[in-house]
Amino acid sequence: MKEIVCKLLVIGAGPGGYICAIRAGQLGIDTVIVEAVKAGGTCLNIGCIPSKALIHAAEEFEKVSHMAAAKSPLGISVETPKLDLAKTIAWKDGIVGRLNSGVLGLLRKARVKIVHGRAKFRDGKTVEVETETGTQVIRAETIVIATGSEPVELPFLPFGGPVISSTEALSLKTVPQKLVVVGGGYIGLELGTAFAKLGSKVTVVEATSQILPQYDAELVKPVAKRLADLGIRVLTGAKAKGLSGNTLLIETAEGAEEQLAADKILVTVGRKPRTEGWGLDELDLDRAGKFLRIDDRCRTSMRGVHAIGDITGEPMLAHRAMAQGEMVAEIVAGKKRTWDKRCIPAVCFTDPEIVTAGLSPDEARAQGYEIRVGQFPFSANGRAMTMLSEDGFVRIVARADSNLVLGIQAVGSGVSELSSAFALAIEMGARLEDIAATIHAHPTRSEGFQEAALKALGHALHI
Amino acid sequence: MGEFIIKMPDVGEGVAEAELVEWHCKVGDPVREDMILAAVMTDKATVEIPSPVTGTVLWLGAEIGDTVAVKAPLMRIQVAGEGGEVEAVAMAETVTVEFVEPPIAKSESHPPVETKKSIPSTPVAKTPAQPHADKPLASPAVRLRAQDGGIDLRQVSGTGPAGRITHDDLDQFLARGAQPQPASSGLAKKTAVEEIKVTGLRRRISEKMVLATSRIPHITYVEEIDVTDLEDLRATMNATRKPDQTKLTILPFLMRALVKTIDEQPVVNATFDDDAGIISRHAAVHIGIATQTPAGLTVPVVRHAEARGIWDCAAEVVRLAEAARTGSALREELSGSTITITSLGAMGGIATTPIINHPEVAIVGVNKIMTRPVWDGSQFIPRKMMNLSSSFDHRVVDGWDAATFVQRIKALLETPALIFIES
Repeated sequence: MKEIVCKLLVIGAGPGGYICAIRAGQLGIDTVIVEAVKAGGTCLNIGCIPSKALIHAAEEFEKVSHMAAAKSPLGISVETPKLDLAKTIAWKDGIVGRLNSGVLGLLRKARVKIVHGRAKFRDGKTVEVETETGTQVIRAETIVIATGSEPVELPFLPFGGPVISSTEALSLKTVPQKLVVVGGGYIGLELGTAFAKLGSKVTVVEATSQILPQYDAELVKPVAKRLADLGIRVLTGAKAKGLSGNTLLIETAEGAEEQLAADKILVTVGRKPRTEGWGLDELDLDRAGKFLRIDDRCRTSMRGVHAIGDITGEPMLAHRAMAQGEMVAEIVAGKKRTWDKRCIPAVCFTDPEIVTAGLSPDEARAQGYEIRVGQFPFSANGRAMTMLSEDGFVRIVARADSNLVLGIQAVGSGVSELSSAFALAIEMGARLEDIAATIHAHPTRSEGFQEAALKALGHALHI
Repeated sequence: MGEFIIKMPDVGEGVAEAELVEWHCKVGDPVREDMILAAVMTDKATVEIPSPVTGTVLWLGAEIGDTVAVKAPLMRIQVAGEGGEVEAVAMAETVTVEFVEPPIAKSESHPPVETKKSIPSTPVAKTPAQPHADKPLASPAVRLRAQDGGIDLRQVSGTGPAGRITHDDLDQFLARGAQPQPASSGLAKKTAVEEIKVTGLRRRISEKMVLATSRIPHITYVEEIDVTDLEDLRATMNATRKPDQTKLTILPFLMRALVKTIDEQPVVNATFDDDAGIISRHAAVHIGIATQTPAGLTVPVVRHAEARGIWDCAAEVVRLAEAARTGSALREELSGSTITITSLGAMGGIATTPIINHPEVAIVGVNKIMTRPVWDGSQFIPRKMMNLSSSFDHRVVDGWDAATFVQRIKALLETPALIFIES
């Protein structure tokens, strides 16, 4: 097969890779992108998007079930709802399919050449791709590694049979009666909550002393309360030991052994960078732990080789990869760019949702800042009351000397949409006064943001 | 796991020790085969030392500026498999004069410009992330503009809330020619002290100057020379030169005059080994040309000037000066002179007191040509005059010999046709 020679080669068409390729195409760079599976990567095919579809369906089903049980204070009563999960999954697949072809369309529009197959480095400028029609050799001036990450497998709970990863959980045809989730991080809790709402009896096994260990206890509390309300059993400080048939053996926090019967065991103990299978050994790139080491221009230790996305470290988030991809494309086009982002907002789509941007109070103190913190509960927010979800709060962390906003966190129903306001405030270098003096529309949850700023300034109006 | 010891290589010319001028690695660094580990300097030439193995640096045997004996252990590298010892191979082809950037000690007395964060008394876990507020405070659009314009936002003072840098601040910064903003009061006291470690070429120069001035009793003799005829000849020769001939300066004429004079006055073309008490008079005339390079003074050598015509001398001077400035001069091009010419001519200056290039015994300094009124017996006429400031080692060159030597050069340069007459 004839060699392809190009200016830029992107390996992996996940959120980082495809954004990089599209932006490069816009800038007139001769670009090729290689993808082994489907355009859109983990995020679009087996991650963010399908999980959010399932979570939404579960939420709707739970709401209706709640009404059917004549528990709704809204005065609505309905017949007992039925769920056809296969149909739900087909609907989800439809969305994924639309986005797949959307990404491919955007790549084509940007005149990016798409090569399907598994790429393997021959050297720092040459890649071989195993395509359906044979081996395609691609030579490029610059290569961007965007191979992403994959679920971590527990050696004593290998995937297969009843043990599933998030990928399989998003394509189940029936709702498992008993679901055990090993790993109480955000992926496990998002999916565990969804299946509980769809009717599964869910148990969460978390090895550390708190679910969602990356968040502070205050943020996690409304989530833990909701998990209990949904009848989800949460075992913290408990370790999975092994499998016997369809029963998971665990050791509880007290040191006792317990057997958990399960139809499915969902293992969500984290994700690891995908460093194998594409010839990393040929390149001998410097690492930072398991990840590839990059500098503030996403350059690896080899000239002309960049890396973006999950392969480059935490936080493993699609929007971080996208921003890196865009930056690298502009650098390749000769623009002066460095990674100067002030924050990478993160959303956890549990019930209620958690959103964070910038520093938490503890992180700010650990960095030596003297801070003031303002917190406003949704129980004092009119819009939250009208939506039957008053749990949660908005919290704002600012420097005590200049009132410069260092971080914003919120937990509550629908707060994911506040992430843009939070991130914008930090990127713009807002002070508490800026947020307090901005008119926030009434009645919305966003008023909680303004009130938190006012609270930090010492003159909240609604509490 | 084994351990590999790299020793200071024999860098040639019977050199017994070399100065370490650069480390390209530190303890704990992974190194790959053929990666450059260090640079050592001998006799104004820098030699790079590549790694013979792949492994991890365990130990470094010298600090920058240290002198290390040949075959002394330089560093230890942990390698997979069997260890061993090896004398590092100097990369002979890349002998270069390099600009060695001296490590600059951080001054502690900078005036505080940023409000210091108060640190709680209890020890806190230090996260690797840079504190947010240590970055310049500016919106993404301002940051993008700064990146595009190559502006370091830390240089821009912000007038916005909490010191935020606005578009206006950036405009004003650019309007001032992108210079760091001066202190508001105009004149300010400066208390910074920059400590520069003397290493590499600078150290060599320093040592050589001390050696020359402490050992050699200098006699400096300044004479003025009428170069009007020489300048006319030079102009004519340059105007009619062939395309492949280098444009002539005063230097090649002086070099040819030196060669001719040395024929009659061999005492000045010598090296004096004062420890052994032996003067070596050289038949060859290897003329060192003191040359300013970015790193400091070097003296490339025009070898066998006695066998070179005037055009050849001119071409060689240009080639060597360029090689010295770009650091590509070979080691043998930087040593072995028997007499040296130093010229600060273009800078002006009436006279200089040149320091002899030890172990030589004479150095000839060229001063600027200036048109001066000269009394010809009946009137003042404008003549192009040039001073020649020459120093001699008074232990081996008597004042009489020195004066005779300079007067002979004067005669040749004032009647330049004599330079070209076969003796």
